[in-house]
Amino acid sequence: MSGDPDRSNLKPLSLHVPEPRFRPGDEVDFSVVEVPAAGSAPRPDTHDEAASFSGLAYSLVRVLDDDGQAVGPWNPRLSPDRLRRMLRHMALVRAFDERMFRAQRQGKTSFYMKSLGEEAVSVAAAHALHYDDMCFPSYRQQGLLIARDWSLVDMMNQIYSNRADRLQGKQLPIMYSVREAGFFSISGNLTTQYPQAVGWAMASASKGDTRIAATWCGEGSTAEGDFHSALTFATVYRAPVVFNVVNNQWAISSFSGFAGAEATTFAARAIGYGIAGLRVDGNDALAVYAATAWAAERARTNAGPTLIEHFTYRAEGHSTSDDPSAYRSAGEPNAWPLGDPIRRLKDHLIAIGEWDEDRQVAMDREVAEEVKAAQKEAEKNGILGHGLLQPLDSLFEGVFEEMPWHLREQRQQMLAEEEASGRPWARKG
Amino acid sequence: MNMIQAINSALDVMMARDDAIVVMGEDVGYFGGVFRATAGLQARYGKTRVFDTPITECGIIGVAVGMGAYGLRPVPEIQFADYIYPALDQLVSEAARLRYRSDGEFIAPLTVRSPFGGGIFGGQTHSQSPEGIFTHVSGLKTVIPSTPYDAKGLLIAAIEDNDPVIFFEPKRIYNGPFNGHWDRPAENWSKHPAGEVPTGYYRIPLGKANVVREGEAVTILAYGTMVHVCLNVVAEAGVDAEVIDLRTLVPLDIGTIEESVRKTGRCMIVHEATRTSGFGAELSALVQERCFYHLEAPIERVTGFDTPYPHSLEWAYFPGPVRIGQALKKILKD
Ligand SMILES: Cc1ncc(C[n+]2csc(CCOP(=O)(O)OP(=O)(O)O)c2C)c(N)n1
Repeated sequence: MSGDPDRSNLKPLSLHVPEPRFRPGDEVDFSVVEVPAAGSAPRPDTHDEAASFSGLAYSLVRVLDDDGQAVGPWNPRLSPDRLRRMLRHMALVRAFDERMFRAQRQGKTSFYMKSLGEEAVSVAAAHALHYDDMCFPSYRQQGLLIARDWSLVDMMNQIYSNRADRLQGKQLPIMYSVREAGFFSISGNLTTQYPQAVGWAMASASKGDTRIAATWCGEGSTAEGDFHSALTFATVYRAPVVFNVVNNQWAISSFSGFAGAEATTFAARAIGYGIAGLRVDGNDALAVYAATAWAAERARTNAGPTLIEHFTYRAEGHSTSDDPSAYRSAGEPNAWPLGDPIRRLKDHLIAIGEWDEDRQVAMDREVAEEVKAAQKEAEKNGILGHGLLQPLDSLFEGVFEEMPWHLREQRQQMLAEEEASGRPWARKG
Repeated sequence: MNMIQAINSALDVMMARDDAIVVMGEDVGYFGGVFRATAGLQARYGKTRVFDTPITECGIIGVAVGMGAYGLRPVPEIQFADYIYPALDQLVSEAARLRYRSDGEFIAPLTVRSPFGGGIFGGQTHSQSPEGIFTHVSGLKTVIPSTPYDAKGLLIAAIEDNDPVIFFEPKRIYNGPFNGHWDRPAENWSKHPAGEVPTGYYRIPLGKANVVREGEAVTILAYGTMVHVCLNVVAEAGVDAEVIDLRTLVPLDIGTIEESVRKTGRCMIVHEATRTSGFGAELSALVQERCFYHLEAPIERVTGFDTPYPHSLEWAYFPGPVRIGQALKKILKD
């Protein structure tokens, strides 16, 4: 012990508070973002030790090059038919988002969240997973349901909280639950789905099943304790799970630096846990597909979990309640160096002679029509703005398997109040 | 059997019947839990059904929710109820609401076991009674046994239940009923009728209280350790009290409570948890709402104090014979 040192010559400490590179009004220059050449990342065997390829957590797996060609060892060599289906699903997600965003602005529902610019993350992943693998998504992976060809009308019914809403209006719009399509009930509490996915995967493994789990969270959400608990559990039990971190640069108005991005990558979170970590061009549908398929194979062959960071950009506001122009430069979405995922896949299909601009225009028109027709159909079941659409009694159902006396009493009270008010709201009867 | 053996027996019986049941928690596997409640289970049912976990309560409960959604029936252990707080979000926002928010598409049939309560010189972090936090949450059931016999029957019912259940084990009475006199020799369950526990399957339904002593003068509502303390105080004071062991707080057996208070005209509520916004406040409100015209005296609450659980002064904190005795005198005065 040196006792009380004389510190007169030390400079005072200072606190570092991260600041994004650009604020509203700033000119955007993303040249500091390192974008390695497509095809340059090595592809390890799915059974390799995670420690042997830790470099992949710091680079960027990319397949589509600037000329629209698929190159390198990660090229998943998908059939043109599969590529076109992925393209269509991504276009459908975009069209769906567009309409539902407008529906919210028209007062037909309370809330909506777009995934503009991130369509490849969920759509390509869904194509790489088996249909009966269980997905534990966050709120921005509507593309999973759409890529699993789930009914748009059913999704809209949920958004409208209408009579046909499978969740009986009990959840915020977009917080879908579709067990049948391997889509776990979404929670509004960030990252709670992470340990749940691990638990599901552990259960599957302990039952000798062949299904795996996959889960998604945003880069901002990696700061939650659940994230770290989940990674610990996953590595300890070598759970068959694929962790996805969607690094879209922004967590509402906080840039990724507030989750630690200044010091390292999100894929590198995996390294300390001994988990395989991949950092992937999230706007490259082929790279997302390849990484997911690789991670899924690793999980399915008992080689353990993988964490994939999808490096992408949230081109729209956080939700319908957000105005991104208040905190970031308007130039960012267009200057984003990884481009637009739909355009990049389209360019690829055209480059390999399997697509053309006319077909693209026709497809865009078709998906727009499909969404419009679905919306019409869904609105027949009502929209949120129409008031109470579920039978009143349903409010009390599903808290417990069987309703205890205190809920029965409260339900009775509510029905009596409503009776006395003379408002003839529907009930189950 | 003592209460730990009864709990072990319940787990054993249920694991043998249903291979969807998994037991997990810190130290529960190889070692059998710090209180030995899961001893021998891993040897019998294997490492994939009984296993040690990392020290992350949020992870334990989060993983259990996912397992439940898959179709397993996890029985996670939280080593001490004081450590359930890191898991609170997974219990409150996830387990409790999964059925409701998915309209039954997914359920979380967990039984979260955790030793709770003071009286073992556990200091602030091994003594708390957090039941009031959970009774406040819609979608959770809260069960607290007071005897080995009840512990086994209630735990079996909890494990069979398709809703998430918080199962708090009063650790002060793991080995024997506690009469409230910390300075007198402890009893042992082997000499108590409730220590006679059948080895096979039986269940005590959730939501049914137990009238452990009939009486006419006052109704005492208690659970866990406090049931025994109350019984002893009543006997020592020679008071004709009716003592009701609630056994489950949610769902609550309101019928038995109402009937008793209407008969006796007086109601005293005893729990070890801190007073403000404790479950006693809810009980008091319910009795007042339903039995007001039958009451001959104000409802009395005897509880722990609104301080952290102290270490060396724990017997001053504990609602023991003196505090309960004085409250009894007060409520019986007019
Ligand atoms: C536990 C919790 N804390 C805070 C919030 C509020 N919240 C909702 S979304 C969000 C930002 C999340 O950002 P990120 O994880 O990067 O995902 P992104 O929205 O960018 O897809 C916040 C803070 C919440 N829903 N849950």
